[in-house]
Amino acid sequence: MSISETYGRYRRALGEEPLAVVVLLVALWMAWTLATGLMTGGIQVSSLASQVWDGLLRGLIIGLAGIGLSMTYSILNFANFAHGDYLTSGAFAGFATSYLIAGFGESSIGSLLLLGAGTSVTGAVIGVGVTTSPLAVIGGAVVAGAGTIALALAIDRFVYRPIRDESGIVLLITSIGVAFALRYLIQFVFGARTIGTTLAGSVPQVEVVELLNNQLIEYTARETAVIQGTFRVTAHDITLIAVAGGLMLGVHLLLQRTKLGKAMRAMSDNEDLARITGIPTERVVRTTWILGAGLTGVAGYMFVLWKGTLGFNDGWLLLLLVFAAVILGGIGSIYGAIGGGIVIGLTASVSVIWIPASFSRAAAFVVMIVILLFKPEGIFSGRTTA
Amino acid sequence: MSIADARDRIDDLFDRDVTLVLVVLGAIYLAYILAGVAFGYSLRGQLNSIANLTFFIGVFGMLALALNLHWGYTGLFNIGVVGFMGIGIYVTAIVSKPPVAEGGAAQVGGLGLPLGVGVIAGVLAAGFFGLVVALPTLRLRADYFAIVTVAFSEIVRFTLMSRTFQTFTVPDTIDVGVAGLQLFSFDPAADTIGLGGGGGLILNYPDPLEAFLRLVFLWDPYLGLIDFVRRNIISNNPKPVIDGLAYGLVLFIVVGLFYSLLVRTGQSPFGRVLKAIREDEDVANALGKNTARFKLTGFVLGSALMGLGGILWYASRGSITPPSFRPNITFFIWIALIIGGAGSNTGSFLGGAVFAGVLYEGPRYVKNLVQTVFDFGDAPRNFGEAVAAFGSLDPVPFVVYTLDNISQLRLVIMGVVLIWLMHNRPEGMLGHRKETAASVDLSRPSDDDPAGRPAAADGGETE
Repeated sequence: MSISETYGRYRRALGEEPLAVVVLLVALWMAWTLATGLMTGGIQVSSLASQVWDGLLRGLIIGLAGIGLSMTYSILNFANFAHGDYLTSGAFAGFATSYLIAGFGESSIGSLLLLGAGTSVTGAVIGVGVTTSPLAVIGGAVVAGAGTIALALAIDRFVYRPIRDESGIVLLITSIGVAFALRYLIQFVFGARTIGTTLAGSVPQVEVVELLNNQLIEYTARETAVIQGTFRVTAHDITLIAVAGGLMLGVHLLLQRTKLGKAMRAMSDNEDLARITGIPTERVVRTTWILGAGLTGVAGYMFVLWKGTLGFNDGWLLLLLVFAAVILGGIGSIYGAIGGGIVIGLTASVSVIWIPASFSRAAAFVVMIVILLFKPEGIFSGRTTA
Repeated sequence: MSIADARDRIDDLFDRDVTLVLVVLGAIYLAYILAGVAFGYSLRGQLNSIANLTFFIGVFGMLALALNLHWGYTGLFNIGVVGFMGIGIYVTAIVSKPPVAEGGAAQVGGLGLPLGVGVIAGVLAAGFFGLVVALPTLRLRADYFAIVTVAFSEIVRFTLMSRTFQTFTVPDTIDVGVAGLQLFSFDPAADTIGLGGGGGLILNYPDPLEAFLRLVFLWDPYLGLIDFVRRNIISNNPKPVIDGLAYGLVLFIVVGLFYSLLVRTGQSPFGRVLKAIREDEDVANALGKNTARFKLTGFVLGSALMGLGGILWYASRGSITPPSFRPNITFFIWIALIIGGAGSNTGSFLGGAVFAGVLYEGPRYVKNLVQTVFDFGDAPRNFGEAVAAFGSLDPVPFVVYTLDNISQLRLVIMGVVLIWLMHNRPEGMLGHRKETAASVDLSRPSDDDPAGRPAAADGGETE
């Protein structure tokens, strides 16, 4: 291909895809700002590192919750807007259990189950945390998963199953109804307050700053001022990585080693054909809900354990990021959901370098919109479910 | 079928719609008046209650009509309604607020232009953002489009909340020049301008009702009316009550304008293409219609109407804050539309009225009614105390707690109603009368009704 031909092609692309050019220019500007920021010390390496770390952890939660959303999206063929409230439900169920185990005897069972409503009991007082009360955390995570599974199955039985054959839009509107009913039922029971679940600063942590210092000093002859600041890794960070990583590996093995993955792929391709082939479609649907809701419930619990506060709106606020991750990764692909989750989490956390912090979630939405415009089938498209 | 026959049928339909609307509105108002009697309201209280009801019927009816243009006519699944409403009222506020900041240092000023200009600017801005949203995204699938629109409305809310746009200082003079040559310079009236951040904006422009009445030269008669009421009916400061009722009346007039605009749009060739797109976009495309362009125009028009709806909702509220523009409002409008029946303009308005009267305002009246009849004393402070009483077989604290938290429970009820509707009557009250895209009558004459007329002689069904 001659140079002039290549040049001509780029010129055409410039004319046909003005948006693509804008995206490219924005990307170049971002890279330039980051590079100059790091060179001049305007952006500290340690703060960048902690943003990346934060984004990675956030992304794991989004990915974990996204697996469930992605599976129900491809198999039941609708965008479940109640998914975020499944996550909230899991978090509340899990923390009610954790409070009960960790604070047993310190307050009445009723007030512990209501996460200390009307009393002075807080997560910090009774010591909810992975090091202070590991049993409470394990119990909480298990109940979060199991409770969300029970909730999702009940809702599927009474709400979604009777209208299984309707169009995706009918199901979508119905799921919005489910979302609001769940969200405000939770508020009705637990109140609108933001509940502090763990005491900030009490979780064991390791400062990674010295490590970074030493390494960077070897590479650069700059003064140490450039790399001052702290970068913390807490016990809850590690717990989150272990749980999320373990569950993702588990889902991967389950879908690879059993026929379930194949049945799911078959169903998302063509449900009628799958049924004719002898795949028990209703059972696959039920398994999908069990897997998806279990992961979502645990994701909700880990999210709250990690960030230390719990409110009735948490799931909704995360939902659009989860949608962004699922669309980014390609609907139906669990690896896509995980990968998309990490990208979205990183976007939301690291974007503060370029834009004001109040727009960090907006930045993640913009990434989603850009993906929808240029590659609506997602980055990992074609590799659905397993 | 002769032309006279067709006209007869249209008149018939119109008559039935008018009757239906009057019956539904009459039932809702009667229920509220009876509730007021039960509460022992004074005349003033009754009028306030009616003004409040009228306000919500007006705004929900208006917004449901605008949404009907998106979803019922064009099939565009917009769940970012509240974003357009927010843009409308914020732009109006910025344009019309007086330049000098009032209410402390935290408040910002505006451009100080007349309110009418502000409303036009707000509507245009909402339409413009509709264009910005729809231009790249219209070709997306309905569910993707839904996610994009809800993300857009959240981005709008973040922007309103953000400290970045909270306040800007406007320079005293702005020079406009080209290549060093000064063309003209002007002195903007505003000192500071901005979105106000989390604290919102105080709407310290002239009273919208007064501005409107002055515009149509009815301000002096209106003052005369107030004076008459003060001398004969309510002696103690009747203006706020009359203001409320008059504002409700203005809203109803606007609803009427929306309605006739949308009916005309729906019957025009433009509207028929929109309906064809809703039924099958590929077919409309194959028939040589530039469907993308039609969808875009339809979306922009609907967004502008939503902007106007937002302006009329919040303009008389004294102040606006970002939390008012949460997706809950979008959810309300969707329920209103689905109750009424997407695709029918009469249905959209009725849905708005029923939603406002029963689901939105109703629970609060039920609570007041129950509390008037029974004296329960103080409500438990939390759910635990409410449930604890079940141990001693005493359901009263739970009932009181439920009543006390009716505002949260209201949304649960709405969610359940939405689910029920999708299960049992997804077409809503009047959705079965979804207007067809064709301009000629497509219905087959039935055997028992040879003339092909609707069997309305016996009064027909009320729905």
